[in-house]
Amino acid sequence: MAYSDKVLDHYENPRNVGTLDKEDPNVGTGLVGAPACGDVMRLQLRITDDGVIEEAKFKTFGCGSAIASSSLVTEWVKGMSVDQAMSISNEDVARELALPPVKIHCSVLAEDAIKAAIEDFRKKREARKAGTAQVQNG
Amino acid sequence: MKLPIYMDNHATTPLDPRVLEAMRPYLEDDFGNAASRNHPFGWKAEAAVEKARKQVAALIGASNKEIVFTSGATESNNLAIKGALEFYRSKGDHVVTVTTEHKAVLDTCKRLERQRAERLEELRWMRLSELQPQPVTAENAAALAIKHDLDNDPVLRRWESMVTAGARVTYLPVKADGLVDLKELEAALTDKTVLVSVMLANNEIGVVQPIAEIGALCRARGVLLHVDAVQGAGRVLFDVEALKVDLASLSGHKLYGPKGVGALYVRRKPRVRIAPQVDGGGHERGMRSGTLNVAGIVGFGKAAELAAAEREAEAARLLKLRQRLRDKLFTALDHVAVNGSLEHRLAGNLNVSFAFVEGEALMMAIKDVAVSSGSACTSASLEPSYVLRALGVDEELAHSSIRFGLGRFNTEEEVDFVADLVIAKVRKLREMSPLYEMAREGIDLKNVQWTAH
Repeated sequence: MAYSDKVLDHYENPRNVGTLDKEDPNVGTGLVGAPACGDVMRLQLRITDDGVIEEAKFKTFGCGSAIASSSLVTEWVKGMSVDQAMSISNEDVARELALPPVKIHCSVLAEDAIKAAIEDFRKKREARKAGTAQVQNG
Repeated sequence: MKLPIYMDNHATTPLDPRVLEAMRPYLEDDFGNAASRNHPFGWKAEAAVEKARKQVAALIGASNKEIVFTSGATESNNLAIKGALEFYRSKGDHVVTVTTEHKAVLDTCKRLERQRAERLEELRWMRLSELQPQPVTAENAAALAIKHDLDNDPVLRRWESMVTAGARVTYLPVKADGLVDLKELEAALTDKTVLVSVMLANNEIGVVQPIAEIGALCRARGVLLHVDAVQGAGRVLFDVEALKVDLASLSGHKLYGPKGVGALYVRRKPRVRIAPQVDGGGHERGMRSGTLNVAGIVGFGKAAELAAAEREAEAARLLKLRQRLRDKLFTALDHVAVNGSLEHRLAGNLNVSFAFVEGEALMMAIKDVAVSSGSACTSASLEPSYVLRALGVDEELAHSSIRFGLGRFNTEEEVDFVADLVIAKVRKLREMSPLYEMAREGIDLKNVQWTAH
C-alpha cells in the first residue's frame, strides 16, 4: 500500500513531538488507544485561561498514518479556541491525509485525543474552581 | 551496495541467474508441450521435465516418480490434505495440524470442517422433516429441534456417525518457543486420524519442527504425515526417507527459482494415495491434470539442484550473518526480544520485537530495506500475527515485530547497513513513543487503563 505525500511528510518530519508538564493546570493531556491494538496517541495542549490553545505536543506509538494524524492535529489546533478544536472531526483528518479505509481508525484516534485532552483540561479547571470555592466558604 | 536492500527472503527469493539461464531455452525455441508424444518438440519438453523431476526428488531424498508438479505450494498443500482425506475416507476423517501452520494448510482444514458441518446440518433438517409434517425452514428449525429433542435423538446420532464428508480437525498449540509438543501430538491421534500436517520451518519465525520424531510417531500409529517443507527444504537437511514423511509440499520461488511452480512429494513405498483435486487430461500420473509449466519446472529443477549442492555452506554463511545482525541490534538497543526458538531455527531468519515501536512505522522508517512485520497494520485483517499470538507473545509485542529474512544474495555490508539503520530508527521512534516514555518513568503499562478501540 502506498502512502500519500502528506502522510509521508508528517511521518518523516513530525511537527510538535514532545512532552508538556502534565501537572501544569493549563495543560490538558489526552491518552487514547491501547498497545494491544497497535496504537496509542498522547496529545497535550497548553490552553490559556481564556480558552485558546497556545501549544500542542504529541507522542504516538503506532503506524505511519497514526503518527501523521497526530502530527497534523497538533498543527491545526494551535491558535484555535477550545470550541473550534472540539469541532475537528476524524473525517477532516482522513480527508487531509488521504487515508485509505483501513487507516480511518488513525484519524478517529486523533479526534479522540483532542477531545480527551480538552476534557482533561476542563476537569482540572473545574477542580481548581471547586478548590477555590471551598477555600472561600471555609 | 545497491538500494533498496531485499531482506524478505521468506516472502519470495530472487531468481538465481543460473536458474534463468537454464529456463531460457524453454521460453524461446523449446516451447513444446511435454504431453505431445509424437514430435521432437514434445520429446524435448518431456525430457526437460523429467530431468527437473530428478533434481527436485534428489533435494529431498525421493525418487523421481514420487514428484507431482503443481502451480505452487498452496496447491500442493490443498492437494495433499484434501486428496488424502478424500482417498482414505473409509479409514477415517480426522486431521491433526498446528496453529502456526501456513494459511494454505489452515484454511484448507477450515473448509473441510465446514463441509462436515454442512452435512451434519443437512441431516438435522432431514431428520426434522421426518419427525413432523410441516415444512422445515430457517426460521422454525431451531424451535423444532428443541421440540423434538434432536440433540438426544438416537436415529440422528446413528446417521451422524456415518458422515464422511469433510473432516474433523485438531489444531495443536505450540510451546512458547514455537515447537510442537510431541506428547500433545501423540495424545491427539485417534483411530480415525488419517493425516498429520506439520510444517518443516515456519515462514514467520523460522522455527524448525522435530519432523523426525513426528515421522516416527506417525509411522508407528499408521497415520500419514504431510510436511509443508516450503521454507525448510534446501535450507535444512530434509530427507523424506530418513524422516518418514509421506507427503511434502515444495515451492520453486522460495528456492531462488521461478514463481508459479511447486511440487507435491507422494510416497510410493509404502504406497500413499491421493484423490486428484483438479480433473482433466490425467497429467502427473493422474494426480494433477493440466499442461505442465515446462520452463517453470526446468527452473525449479535447477534451483533445487543448486540448493542441494550449496545448502551446507550457505547455511553456515547465513548463520554468521544472522548472528552479526542480532549482535548489533541487541548490543545497541534495550527492550528487544527474539520471537521463537533461536536454537531450532532457519539460519536466515531473525524475528525480533522492538518494544514500544510499531512494526509498520519502523518499516516505513527503513524504507530502503524490504522486511516484514507481524503488525496488524500490515495485514488486511487488522489482527496482529496469529503465529506470534500462538507463541503467547503479547499483542503489543506482536505489533512491534520485524521479520528479517536473509538469503543467498545478502552480504555482510548489507547486514551492517540494515543494523545501523534499524538502530537509529528504533531510537527515533522511541523518542516519539508515549509508551517508551511511560516505561522509563517506571509505569507498568499492564496496569494502565487503556481505551481499547
